[in-house]
Amino acid sequence: MDPIAPFSKVGEWGPTAMIVAAGLLGIGFGFTLERAGFGSARTLAGQWYGYNFAVLRVMFTAILVAMVGLFGLWYLGVVDLSAVYVNETFLWPQIIGGLIFGVGFGVGQYCPGTAVVACATGKIDAITFMGGFFIGLLAFFFSYDAIAPFYGSSSMGRVMVHEWLGVPAGVVVLLVVAIALGAFGLTHVLDRKFAAKRGTS
Amino acid sequence: MSAPEAVLPAPPAVAAPPELSAAAPQSEPEVRPVPQPYWNSYVAGVVLGLVLLAAFVITGRGLGASGAVTRMAAWSLQKVEVSARGGTSADADTIARRNEYTGQYLKGPADPLDDFLVYMFIGVVVGGFISGVLARRSGFEIARGPHTTNTRRIVLSTLGGFISAYGARLARGCTSGQALTGGATLALGSWAFMLAVFAGGYAVAYFVRKEWL
Repeated sequence: MDPIAPFSKVGEWGPTAMIVAAGLLGIGFGFTLERAGFGSARTLAGQWYGYNFAVLRVMFTAILVAMVGLFGLWYLGVVDLSAVYVNETFLWPQIIGGLIFGVGFGVGQYCPGTAVVACATGKIDAITFMGGFFIGLLAFFFSYDAIAPFYGSSSMGRVMVHEWLGVPAGVVVLLVVAIALGAFGLTHVLDRKFAAKRGTS
Repeated sequence: MSAPEAVLPAPPAVAAPPELSAAAPQSEPEVRPVPQPYWNSYVAGVVLGLVLLAAFVITGRGLGASGAVTRMAAWSLQKVEVSARGGTSADADTIARRNEYTGQYLKGPADPLDDFLVYMFIGVVVGGFISGVLARRSGFEIARGPHTTNTRRIVLSTLGGFISAYGARLARGCTSGQALTGGATLALGSWAFMLAVFAGGYAVAYFVRKEWL
């Protein structure tokens, strides 16, 4: 059987259908982020201080569901994985960018998606986060010439973890599931530890 | 999925999580409606994962947030410059168009805002707004820790936004486009990004702990 998905690629969708799909997916995305509590910096900050591990739990559960679903549908021949966009790897810019982004996350307690949702529910600190984000983008634009060589360095193209390791995709999928379940378990152990600490102090 | 919840009676005020009530503005005289509790994190994660999987299956792309904001910033830069010159010419040889980075959005015939991620961004605003209203969580406030000031919170959130914008552009994406989407597709660089984000977050958390604890 030929793959039937991604629907937009197989069905050669026009721009209007893609706009509708993007809008509806965005609504689902925004709605879920808000329901998870990510419309408030107080929830997000909990990740770093151990009073609320929602960030790790929500993010890794979502990754597990989407990853198992995507690779499962690929194994079944439903999805053409080569037609699914996989972020290209620029290893060092992504590591350094990730460190900088993480520092910004820790200082501001939002990331762009959660800040947008927080803005939509009236959080003034999220509006100023987005203001800072906008200025940060301008800083990037105007310093781009200087950092362009680094920005384009360590380019590895479209490479997935299992390809890089030289193992079947299923091995990495199972490994990620195992690591995530272990991380979930750890957060519950830490929950009990922090609860006990609060109880005695 | 929210309709059944919306008709539930408001839970008693004592049921509100302590961190929510502790951080509510003390000076506000009127009584806020008691918000519904958030979803269980694993439930929210499953729903978010299904949205992401739907994005892969339907569009062949994932979710994103910072890309749309980047396009808006490039578009704004161009608009401000053109209007500052008093001209309306779309072909004006502007700084934004000459810039190697913003030029990629502005040089072609396509409208920089006519993009998948921009429509998704509009959806995120709508979806977040709907959820907030239905759960009685909408209203102007400053989300901050119990032992800090509004001014400190605003300064730090602005600074955090500035820093994370630079990191997101350098890494070609943020928590949505890299960590979540790239993570689920097992993109190598996205996993490197994700681990680096947690490392950066934990490294700085110690220094700003008084803002939240």
